[in-house]
Amino acid sequence: MSEHRLILAGLDGDHTWQLQNYIARGGYEAFRKIIKEKTPPDAIIAEIKASGLRGRGGAGFPTGLKWSFMPRSFPGDKYLACNSDEGEPGTFKDRDILRYNPHTVIEGMLIGAYAMGCSRGYNYIHGEVFEIYQRFEEALDEARAAGLLGQNILGSDFSFELFAHHGYGAYICGEETALLESIEGKKGQPRFKPPFPASYGLYGKPTTVNNTETFASVPFIMKMGGAAFLKLGKPNNGGTKLFSVSGHVCRPGNYELKLGTPFPELLEMAGGMRAGRKLKAVIPGGSSAPVVPADIMMDCTLDFDSIAKAGSMLGSGAVIVMDETTCMVRALERLALFYHEESCGQCTPCREGTGWMYRVIHRIESGAGRPEDLDLLRSVAGNISGRTICALGDAAAGPVQSFVKHFADEFEYHIENKKCLVPPAVQDTGSQIYVSQSC
Amino acid sequence: MLDIEIDGKAVQVPEGSTVMDAATLAGIYIPHFCYHKKLSIVASCRMCLVHVEKAPKPLPACATPVTHGMKVWTRSEAALEAQKGVMEFLLINHPLDCPVCDQGGECLLQDLAVGYGSSQARYQEEKRIFVNKNYGSLISSEASRCINCTRCVRFTAEIGGEMEMGQAFRGDHAEIMTFLGCAVDSELSGNVIDLCPVGALTSKPFRYSARTWELSRRRSVSPHDSLGTNLIVQTKNDEVKRVLPLSNEQLNECWLADRDRFSYEALTSAQRLISPMMRNGDNWHPESWQIALAFVSSALRAVVSEQGGQALGALASPHSTVEELYLLQKLARGLGSENVDFRLRCHDFRGDAVRAGVPWLGMTVVDVHDLNSILVIGSFLRKDAPLLAQKVRHSAMRHDLQVCTVGPNAEDWWMPMATRALVPPSEMVDALAAIAAALATMTGKSLSGTLSARVPAEISNDARAIAQSLADGERTAVWLGNLAEQHPRAAELHLWAQEIARLSGASFGFVGEAANSVGGYFAKAIPGEGGLDARAMIESPRHAYLLFGAEPDLDFADGVATVEAMDRARLVVAISAFDSPALRQVADVLLPLAPFTETPGTFVNCIGDVQSFEASTHPRGEARPGWKILRVLGNLLELPGFNQDDFEAVRDEALAGDGSPDIHTRLDNTIGDVPAAVPSAVRANTLQRVADVPVYFADPLVRRALSLQKTADAVQPVARMPLATMASLSVQPAGRVRIKGTGGTVELQAEADENLAPGCIRIAAAHTSTVALGPLHGELSVERL
Repeated sequence: MSEHRLILAGLDGDHTWQLQNYIARGGYEAFRKIIKEKTPPDAIIAEIKASGLRGRGGAGFPTGLKWSFMPRSFPGDKYLACNSDEGEPGTFKDRDILRYNPHTVIEGMLIGAYAMGCSRGYNYIHGEVFEIYQRFEEALDEARAAGLLGQNILGSDFSFELFAHHGYGAYICGEETALLESIEGKKGQPRFKPPFPASYGLYGKPTTVNNTETFASVPFIMKMGGAAFLKLGKPNNGGTKLFSVSGHVCRPGNYELKLGTPFPELLEMAGGMRAGRKLKAVIPGGSSAPVVPADIMMDCTLDFDSIAKAGSMLGSGAVIVMDETTCMVRALERLALFYHEESCGQCTPCREGTGWMYRVIHRIESGAGRPEDLDLLRSVAGNISGRTICALGDAAAGPVQSFVKHFADEFEYHIENKKCLVPPAVQDTGSQIYVSQSC
Repeated sequence: MLDIEIDGKAVQVPEGSTVMDAATLAGIYIPHFCYHKKLSIVASCRMCLVHVEKAPKPLPACATPVTHGMKVWTRSEAALEAQKGVMEFLLINHPLDCPVCDQGGECLLQDLAVGYGSSQARYQEEKRIFVNKNYGSLISSEASRCINCTRCVRFTAEIGGEMEMGQAFRGDHAEIMTFLGCAVDSELSGNVIDLCPVGALTSKPFRYSARTWELSRRRSVSPHDSLGTNLIVQTKNDEVKRVLPLSNEQLNECWLADRDRFSYEALTSAQRLISPMMRNGDNWHPESWQIALAFVSSALRAVVSEQGGQALGALASPHSTVEELYLLQKLARGLGSENVDFRLRCHDFRGDAVRAGVPWLGMTVVDVHDLNSILVIGSFLRKDAPLLAQKVRHSAMRHDLQVCTVGPNAEDWWMPMATRALVPPSEMVDALAAIAAALATMTGKSLSGTLSARVPAEISNDARAIAQSLADGERTAVWLGNLAEQHPRAAELHLWAQEIARLSGASFGFVGEAANSVGGYFAKAIPGEGGLDARAMIESPRHAYLLFGAEPDLDFADGVATVEAMDRARLVVAISAFDSPALRQVADVLLPLAPFTETPGTFVNCIGDVQSFEASTHPRGEARPGWKILRVLGNLLELPGFNQDDFEAVRDEALAGDGSPDIHTRLDNTIGDVPAAVPSAVRANTLQRVADVPVYFADPLVRRALSLQKTADAVQPVARMPLATMASLSVQPAGRVRIKGTGGTVELQAEADENLAPGCIRIAAAHTSTVALGPLHGELSVERL
């Protein structure tokens, strides 16, 4: 029972983000091999397909399949974008990858660009982690100086320019088409699909957008081979994945696990529950994933399929752990406020519905709830879900639907008694952010 | 073709169609707000969600491409549930006070709420409100009513050419606004009022003056620019309350320029002439028609019998109808005068002797869509003909049309431009000759006739680039704008444009200054054998003038000379819709004319469309339709041929002419050789005048439209000069300058304008503050104050 580190391997030393140290860890070997052997692009995509790598940003779309959507014989520029706009509450893995191992992302993008014939790439970095953006710029400078980026890389006829681009902290810019709009200098608002970015992406050109961790995995797949990577995890859930554990555990942080690791093992690695309290619920994949009650969660393994079966999603791998001191109404109120604030305002159901849901939950939490409010919440969430341009509508509706489903008693108690089922004093002891070694 | 079944109806649609297109074909209405057939698709209102077979979620009809064999239900339970859900969301923050909303009765949200809304709101919280915005004098804002469909935003960006509006902030704080402190200044801005499906953007002048169901609707035609925009004039109690576009895909599509939309305000201006007026020394008094007309006929008779027919000059506005122009010339000719003209701002009439037919645009308006390259010579196109400019813009933005210009001005047309050759007026002829010469070299053809001897020694890069663009294009056009028509060497510009068009295989023609710039020729309102043109009638003053629909100071090539000539005349009969000090100064009698909404009439637009319209209201006061005034006058003068029963009879007689009944066969821009004028050298220490006719000063009607007069396009004229010129005169920006022209001196504020050819000064015409300068072109001396 331990981590299985690929991306995070060897990152305990100093200056692990520097090029020389990345090379010392075997960095750029995979890419050099491809350039040297002139590996056919199709072979790379086949390898990625074989690895069972699924998008690490949240949707879990098979990466190899996505890469194969890029038109082969498109005249003119094709683009590659890395989505480091990590804005999902609970998620902080891409930040650490870029902080400690930025070159693995660059190498992954180089391999992707080679495989898909992209001439330009952008790494879109969340605006609220500015030092990460600066560090990535430094890494780009190193790579350019080493001839790993630019024209005729390593003497080959392959050219690829890569740029860093930082946003300003809007959650919506993590949606891939809003991200592209933002790079283009427009207001970050999702586009309707179709057309998909693979045919009409950045500046109207074919574009592939992958998550930071997805790109970071690519060099390891190329080195160990797709089959070996797949074998690390479970069928259809290949490789390792970073889990950002937060909440009421003793040692929150990023843990890299083989997909399919049982959840209790992760909980134990994270030091277990604070002060020996009881686990109440887990949001297993970032704030937009439906909440899962403790008993169901303890039976889950951490992979896309198992969590989906439990009625939630693995999402970005942000595991938010809540213990018995948590008021679920208050937790949902905070989540609803987030989605209300972050809705881009473009399409009607999300623009109007997120605010409505927040106001109703706020009403319940502040003791002014009405008996019909739970039905109203279900109905409003249902009217948002599946009716919006992008997934933010579903992301906002999911928590509401799942909280009301699994913790209806707490909501009803709130409405009936105008107060929390969990006494405020208990909530206060549980919500302390300070974490000691001996907790 | 793709097969699709909508609500059980099988339809075939072309590849690339959306479900919305297919539904339109099938005659099925899908509720929508953000979708508009002329704007890009954003699929953001979600009202058009429909149920598609095998789709796990409802899909927006406007953005879902049709696939072969698709089955769609627009009113199934799933579709209706989605549509009703969206309607509920739209209404939660929308004020439910339709009775006090100006859009009430013509509101898409109100209409659709009847079908898709619930009678009881489930939303009990406080509604969010927004502070209203200031969009200027034309558009009124009720920001809280906005449903964020962004039609207005897309209009300004895609049709208007400049993204003047945008959606700021996020979520339900998202609101539509302009850039900080800016109004919407586009000359097409009023269209956002029509586009707004709710009461968020309404017409400021019309606001709260009538309900839509109280209004009668009349078809009409715009009397302003040469496009002949189709209008719906809405009236209540015999007064025009509002003007809306009448969709015509061949001309204005569903758009309307602000000038066409808001000029109706002038109809109720305090300056309207509502009774015949006669001079008694320096005093004026209202008079009956009978006495006024008796005076006019006897005075005209006296002049003609004593000084001969040629002592009379008839000058009419190009905004007059065919009927008016025709009867006016008939009257003048009946009295023995060939001195008739309607091209009041023109200076060079040498082309008249060698013109083959009636000058026109040379192509249809819809064909602009397919052009690859266009050269526009001497034009303020965006302001002179806003919707024609919009056609060019649409092609330039969507179809890579290359737009080139030659002229002293290069102001922003809000469209991508290929090459703008910036040359002072005195060098425009040479600039065209250079383009023609470059084209001849490129195509291996030779210049016609004597033209090869008139080519300048040096061919500029701009000329080469323009020639290349025209040579490369498959479908190309050359247009002569108003500035070119008013140019002192207009006939030579015409000749060279013809040569450029011949060498490049382009069509060529004239934008046309006014609603009847083409119609005037058909109405024969031009000088005949031995007759004087508009310029000659002023330069060789007549004893008597018939002045029809024009103001002597503002509507002529040289206001000072015109006023002076008329002032000295023995008799000036002014037939005008408006009173003005200049008219009172020159005229002996003022006859009140019914403007376009109060008279039936006909305009022939720039592509030769004959468009007749009926009166929308009765004439105001004692005003009368021009054709009737002239008919009665003809009868009083006992002239033959003034017995028409209705305006159609006048029109038919006018257009029958002596040629083919199909007037299109008489449209012809061909011009014979015009010798080169020997230009006088530009005097030292002077600047060449560039005179634009600002869009809201162009004719007597629009000059009196109050709301338009408060817009950015109607600000007090300034003297615009390139920065270098200002520096050489030691004038600071916003400093004042004294400008001396042949007519007199004016004092204006100076403003830097880098979009002006060196050695030029741009001073607007048609404004009382600049009239004293005299001619629209020529040299001005400028000094700092």
